[in-house]
Amino acid sequence: MSRSPAAPWLLVSPGAVLFLGLVLVPLVLTVILSFLTYNYDTGIGDSYTLAHYGRVLSDSYYLEIFWRTLRLAFLTTLLCALIGAPEAYILSRMRSPWRSIFLLVIIGPLLVSVVVRAFGWSMLLGSTGLVNAALGVLALGPVRLLYTETAIVIALVHVMLPFMVIPVWTALQKLDPMVETAAWSLGASRFAALRRVVMPQVSIGLLSGSLIVFGLSASAFAIPGLLGGRRLKMAATLVYDEYMQELNWPMGAAIAIIVLLANLVIMLAYNRAVEARARRALG
Amino acid sequence: MAFLTLEQVNKFYGELAAVRDVDLSVAKGEFVSLLGPSGCGKTTTLQMIAGLVEPTSGRITLDGRDITHEKPNRRGLGIVFQSYALFPHMTVAQNVAFGLEMRKVQRAERDTRVADMLALVHLAGMADRYPRQLSGGQRQRVAIARALVIEPPVLLLDEPLSNLDAKLREEMQFELRRIQRSVGTTTIMVTHDQAEALSISDRVVVMEAGCMTQVDAPYRLYEKPATPFISSFVGRMNRLEGIWWPNGPIGTVEVAGAMLPSEAADLPAGAAVTASIRPEKLLLHKAGEGRLNGNVASRFFLGGHWLFNVETPAGVIVVSMPNHGEEPAREGERVGIDWAPASLRIEASAGGTVS
Repeated sequence: MSRSPAAPWLLVSPGAVLFLGLVLVPLVLTVILSFLTYNYDTGIGDSYTLAHYGRVLSDSYYLEIFWRTLRLAFLTTLLCALIGAPEAYILSRMRSPWRSIFLLVIIGPLLVSVVVRAFGWSMLLGSTGLVNAALGVLALGPVRLLYTETAIVIALVHVMLPFMVIPVWTALQKLDPMVETAAWSLGASRFAALRRVVMPQVSIGLLSGSLIVFGLSASAFAIPGLLGGRRLKMAATLVYDEYMQELNWPMGAAIAIIVLLANLVIMLAYNRAVEARARRALG
Repeated sequence: MAFLTLEQVNKFYGELAAVRDVDLSVAKGEFVSLLGPSGCGKTTTLQMIAGLVEPTSGRITLDGRDITHEKPNRRGLGIVFQSYALFPHMTVAQNVAFGLEMRKVQRAERDTRVADMLALVHLAGMADRYPRQLSGGQRQRVAIARALVIEPPVLLLDEPLSNLDAKLREEMQFELRRIQRSVGTTTIMVTHDQAEALSISDRVVVMEAGCMTQVDAPYRLYEKPATPFISSFVGRMNRLEGIWWPNGPIGTVEVAGAMLPSEAADLPAGAAVTASIRPEKLLLHKAGEGRLNGNVASRFFLGGHWLFNVETPAGVIVVSMPNHGEEPAREGERVGIDWAPASLRIEASAGGTVS
């Protein structure tokens, strides 16, 4: 059977066209846009400038927002790891009907629109919301929760948890349950067995889970937008404001590119560390 | 003196009895096998000794100490799991050293003991490999080394050879025995393979449906099985239903009209009996020269010996004959079967006397 040399190219073309049209072209256009001049009276110019990047990287207003974005994304990732890993472990030890029920509970948040969830949290955390009412009863006074970083982190953790639980759970599935028993039989306490035997083997799942959570949190839009209010901006809401409020598209594009690059650098560095570790330990 | 004892140990899962009234005492340095088909409770028994399953009732003592409710990590027993359960992210040496680390053994002593143990299981050159880089037999050796390096009072082996191919399994059987002899650790092995149990154990415990039915040395277990189940589970057995007649110093069993000389038995004449004989106790002669004539229905060459299915008036009889280097009776040929009367064993049938 003879095969046309063009066949492989033809076969990948639908995917390639999709990728080119929906990812690469808009990205290139955004990069070009970010170098164009902008004037509040005349709009986008047709000469090129580095002024937007210069302003973003020198203005403390922008730097503070970037710093907040990274900080909250990191905090969300850490909390997701601390909650998600034990959750996945418990899930993996559950018996047949309960396991699927609780897995559904964990994936549940993904089945509800992120906007609906954010409004749900704003009702809970508002000044007259359920949490403050409960705190009032306990005489701990009303606490300002809504439109704070706390509110953003709480809601982000809630949304991101499945992305942590599922990779860790998958890693646990591959684990021979007898391995932990073997560690006990050799004199390890439950904690020592978890730390020395189970953890290193699920670390791949944990690290890939944190990669997903960090990436999604750093570029989250709806939750910071709805629970952070107008003043507490994160990178994605900042980009939105530049585009839609200031109408300074080149500036918005420059911020978007910086966020993208920062995210990319952090995740690649992290992934490097993960892969090196994985290759050493698990092949 | 009994080193490890199980007294009236029971395990129920709801209404279901997994293990019932197990009484066993194992002497120091002894190699005992728990043999039985799957679901007979042998693994549950092992897990109760290991502390992985809590007995519903009964007592387990080790060297005079009651360990019935002790946690597995406090018992200090060495366990080799069916799947080996090696730590995949650790090297061979780290795997073996793990138990010593947990016991806070000093670094220098740890290294010597690990090296000695790896030498004992012939893995000295593999210390820095990861389990995934090893063959099945080598993984098995790592699992044994890891369990033995902590110098456990008792070594528990859960189907240790079932994941190996036939040739390697045979090799490892003898290897296992060699290692056990050289360290002298009391060992309990769970297996469903009767050949494995017979070849390396000092004593074999046969379990059926949660109960121990016979505890004996392998040779006696084979020659004098206590129940029909054991006689068919351990080795091959020809079983014939017939009527027993006394015949001077020996006996005779009447099976479908054929009169077969048998061992003497203390039974009334005319009792319904089951006569049993091992295939290798039967000899093949030319037709008419034996005690029972038949036709060779099929024969199988197994290398070391031949196996014949012979159709006789008393039913199909399996005969095993060593390979003497010349071709024996062919299929369809008429042969005579002979045996020493004492080797045809007689038991009273459950049915009672045939009138």
